[in-house]
Amino acid sequence: MAERKASGPAALALALATLAAASVLLYGCGKGAEEARPAREKSPLAAVVPATLDAAPAYGDAIVFGTIGDGSTLIPMLASDSSSHEYAGYLFDGLLEYDKTLSHLEPRLASSWEVSPDGLQITFHLRRDVHWTDGVAFTARDVQFAFDTIRDPKTMTAYAEDYKQVQRFELLGDFDFRVTYEKPFAPALASWNSMMVLPRHLLEGKDINESDFSQHPVGLGSHIFESWERNTRFTLRVNPDYYRGRAHVAQVVYRVIPDESTQFLELKSGGLDMMGLTPLQFRRQTSSGIFDRDFRKYRYVSNSYTYMGYNLDNPLFQDVRVRRAFTYAINKQELVDVVLFGLGQATEGPYRPGTAWLNKNLRPYGFDPAKARALLAEAGWRDSDGDGILDKDGKPFSFKILTNQGNDQRLKTATVIQKRLRDIGIDVAVRVVEWSAFINDFIDKRRFDAIVLGWSLSLDPDQYDIWHSSKTGYKQFNFVGFKNAEADELLEKGRRTFDDAERRRIYDRLQEILVEEQPYTFLYVPDSLPIVASRFHGIEEAPAGISWNFPQWYVPSASQKYTITP
Amino acid sequence: MLSYLAKRLAGFVPLLLGISFVSFLVMAMAPGTPVDLMTDLNPKASPEARERLEKFYGLDQPLYVQYGLWLGRIVKGDLGTSFSRDRRPVLDKITEALPITLFLNVLDLTLILGLAIPIGIYSASRQYSLVDRATTVFVFVGFAMPSFWVALLAMMLFGEQLGWLPISGLRSLDYDSMSLLGQIGDRIRHLILPVGIAALTGLAGLSRYMRSSMLEVLRQDYIQTARAKGLSERVVVYRHALRNALLPVVTILGLSIPGLIGGSVIAETIFAIPGMGRLFYTSVLMRDYPVVMGITLIGAVLTLFGNLLADLMYVAVDPRLRNR
Amino acid sequence: MGRRLLRNPLAVAGGLIVLVLFVAAVLAPWLTPYDPSDFDAAHVLEGPCALHLLGTDGLGRDVLSRMLFGARVSLMVGFVSVGISSLVGVTLGAVAGYFRGVVDTVLMRFVDVMLTFPTFFLILAVIAYLDASIWNIMLVIGLTSWMGVCRLVRAEVLSLRERDFMVAAEALGMKPSRVIMRHALPNAMAPVFVAGILGVAGAILVESALSFLGIGVQPPQPSWGNILTEGKSTLGVAWWLSVCPGLAILITVLGYNLLGEGLRDILDPRLRSR
Repeated sequence: MAERKASGPAALALALATLAAASVLLYGCGKGAEEARPAREKSPLAAVVPATLDAAPAYGDAIVFGTIGDGSTLIPMLASDSSSHEYAGYLFDGLLEYDKTLSHLEPRLASSWEVSPDGLQITFHLRRDVHWTDGVAFTARDVQFAFDTIRDPKTMTAYAEDYKQVQRFELLGDFDFRVTYEKPFAPALASWNSMMVLPRHLLEGKDINESDFSQHPVGLGSHIFESWERNTRFTLRVNPDYYRGRAHVAQVVYRVIPDESTQFLELKSGGLDMMGLTPLQFRRQTSSGIFDRDFRKYRYVSNSYTYMGYNLDNPLFQDVRVRRAFTYAINKQELVDVVLFGLGQATEGPYRPGTAWLNKNLRPYGFDPAKARALLAEAGWRDSDGDGILDKDGKPFSFKILTNQGNDQRLKTATVIQKRLRDIGIDVAVRVVEWSAFINDFIDKRRFDAIVLGWSLSLDPDQYDIWHSSKTGYKQFNFVGFKNAEADELLEKGRRTFDDAERRRIYDRLQEILVEEQPYTFLYVPDSLPIVASRFHGIEEAPAGISWNFPQWYVPSASQKYTITP
Repeated sequence: MLSYLAKRLAGFVPLLLGISFVSFLVMAMAPGTPVDLMTDLNPKASPEARERLEKFYGLDQPLYVQYGLWLGRIVKGDLGTSFSRDRRPVLDKITEALPITLFLNVLDLTLILGLAIPIGIYSASRQYSLVDRATTVFVFVGFAMPSFWVALLAMMLFGEQLGWLPISGLRSLDYDSMSLLGQIGDRIRHLILPVGIAALTGLAGLSRYMRSSMLEVLRQDYIQTARAKGLSERVVVYRHALRNALLPVVTILGLSIPGLIGGSVIAETIFAIPGMGRLFYTSVLMRDYPVVMGITLIGAVLTLFGNLLADLMYVAVDPRLRNR
Repeated sequence: MGRRLLRNPLAVAGGLIVLVLFVAAVLAPWLTPYDPSDFDAAHVLEGPCALHLLGTDGLGRDVLSRMLFGARVSLMVGFVSVGISSLVGVTLGAVAGYFRGVVDTVLMRFVDVMLTFPTFFLILAVIAYLDASIWNIMLVIGLTSWMGVCRLVRAEVLSLRERDFMVAAEALGMKPSRVIMRHALPNAMAPVFVAGILGVAGAILVESALSFLGIGVQPPQPSWGNILTEGKSTLGVAWWLSVCPGLAILITVLGYNLLGEGLRDILDPRLRSR
């Protein structure tokens, strides 16, 4: 793949960036030199943009996000919470990244790469114009350093697995390197993401786990770390030398607001510029005048799905007819309507709707309580004592659905399912458990009947860890205990195959097996529902969401709210 | 006096040991470890990675060894390092949060005392009057409202509808560019709702206590004597009775310290204030043992000193105890 | 005593509130035509109307039914946890006051530890360990709120031990433990009773606070606390979902407090008006 040349608007942006860069660099070193302040005076940058162009892209202004919890570390490979990853996303880039349609990988820090015909070797060629924000050039040694660090057993990372598959890492020059895999490993390419760059010149010889780099790092991304007031505020300022063109929004602020109701009140009164809405807020609370005027709402498919998983070691669920009956008895559309207020879609398998990997020919079960009863009767479950609950060998069919505390949607889902299963004569209790206890006591030890949970979806179709029969051990992720020889074979083949068409056939078949076997009842994929203050322009909705082109978001100079004084 | 102090301080040691041991036990018994939360159902986290993390935190050691190690560090004045991925010293985390909580609580208490004492005196000196009944109902309504509910209603009214006050946080985004006066004003505006609501919900306890304490004193013989001497009711109440009626209130203040430290989690959550309650709550949920232990210990020390201080004040104001 | 109580209109009002709620909770299944867990996707978040006097919630369940069944849960939390705390408090207090000496010192140190311990840490840990069922919540609230009663009973028993009639009784060869049971405890019961009534109100508030943090009585079982917490997220669209439980808690807690305070004024001779 060829390196992309800056052209058109991007070139203009670059020119403007260099113009402004001088002033920022002069003042940029002092702590707190740049501060947000409501615009009483016009931004000095505003003069650059012709005043006639009302909505012309302009630099300046700040965007304020709300976050439920603060981040903990800004080194991506050490981070385990979503806030940390989100913060670090402004500071580091990957070698490559999925494009906005989520269908193929496009260049970032790597300008191109080649995969050897046998799939065992990948050669990366890095851009030569990238610098860390302290001015030092970014080279292949930085990637090598990150690679060595993430594989170092002393590094406290949860993400080393993908890189352990690499047999050899060769530097071919300052900006080129080659990695060799033991076996072909299709998810490999996507693994060369932002986890894989660290400034060697700042970290070499230090203990990464204890380094204070994690608290005020030097990056190479669109923004530069500015300040971090714990559990209150995290602030970034624009990187004027960003290799993909200076971002327009001069300052990014995260405010830590632990309560969702408070966040929403803050949004309404202007204290936040963007947040994710709940379905209820999207449908019923954001349609009034001020929202039409001051905000814009977006809606697209999120990258997670919710399911009910059965413990397949439990005799109750070993009969596939029982699992199928449950799926027939659950009205997925009703769940979407009630739990998500219609803002989502029912799903039949574990792939994200709208991506190429989803098998579009899967046969939906549909809502059919009569069929559910028939299947249960076939499996020997009848109401022989007339108490309204099915029984077999004198034992009533009763079990418990577990879900984690603090997730209202999952709880509502479990409650609706409880009712639907009661309708076909199954006695269901719902129990909510605090997250840590839930994972440790119930999931890891496999002490559950059924669970309502969700998975986030990675963009690579490999789901070896979730469905392969070798992954049913203690603390592994096939905790429902799904074992299917054909599925195993497909999962093994899928991660060794690079050809997309061939892979698609493999995963299409895997999805058919999952639909037949119903180790989970796949329930729904909710929509992401972000809302953004309407002064932000340049937002482009795509399958990847809206944040993929954040550097291109801008506020026309006339409507800027905060003046960022250099 | 000094020997009394020394005795009391020596008594703290077994108490603190007991408290720390119990909290360690409770924490260790609770299911889940910090490692579970870090690997958080992440399919890319292998069991080896988990094991490594467990070893790193010393969780693979037997309990008594873990407690011994912790105790050994405490004796040297080291509260340890947080299990959270930021790996920051526990002391840093506490010294960030504690001043905020203490400052807020001092404000709350000042406001509560400022209201509760006059209310209590007035109600007691006119028991069963209309004013007594009205204030009784008023303070109990304040007490009876679930605090997060009032807080949200107040935020909606004063923050969103009227736009008079900021909704959450302790400072505005543009705080640093304000003039000194503006900064003070900004701080005050942010404090009105949390402090006001804390006072409203906390008023009942102290004002009722003040009332009964005052009632009790007013029935004492020496008050009757003072009345018999022909002193005005004003002088009787404020000169003679008040001082003695305040005594038990002082003790109650000392006792209320642990509640102040742990009990503020709800207000801190609603108002997005990074104080001790919040820190404690998230640390328990994250199984961040060192932080939990650190906070329990510091909370216990503060409480014990609070009690001691209350006792000393008691001695100082009560002439009957002075010569002991 | 009854007549003096009737002279205090606030206490009477409190008593009436307590009584009405008690009856409503007991009669809950007969007062409402709906099953509190019966959801209705077609009628989600509908305002009060003839069919649903207090509207419906986020799953289309009848709020009035949930409030009534929630009253059972909330009152039960109040009563059972107070029962537990009174039992523990009275027993330990009587033991400490009766035996004095080392037993007293040890028990009182234990009370100090409990008072120093942040209560909600215990609650959180226990609920994480035992799961937030209603029984565990009552147990935990009960076991973290007995210290006041304990001190109260101890003081009462201690002072009674010094009295002449106890000395006389012991001199007559009566077993001191019998004397305690017969004479000392009944004397201490009045303040314990008042503390209990106030404790019910406190427990209802604690449950709502726990619900706010997500560790109270767990839905789908309704409690006022968790209905209110659900209502929090619908403040702008469904006022009835937060106003009903909010007011219910307010009125109930107020009722118990007024009644308790009224009784204290009457029962405590030191507070009696001249």
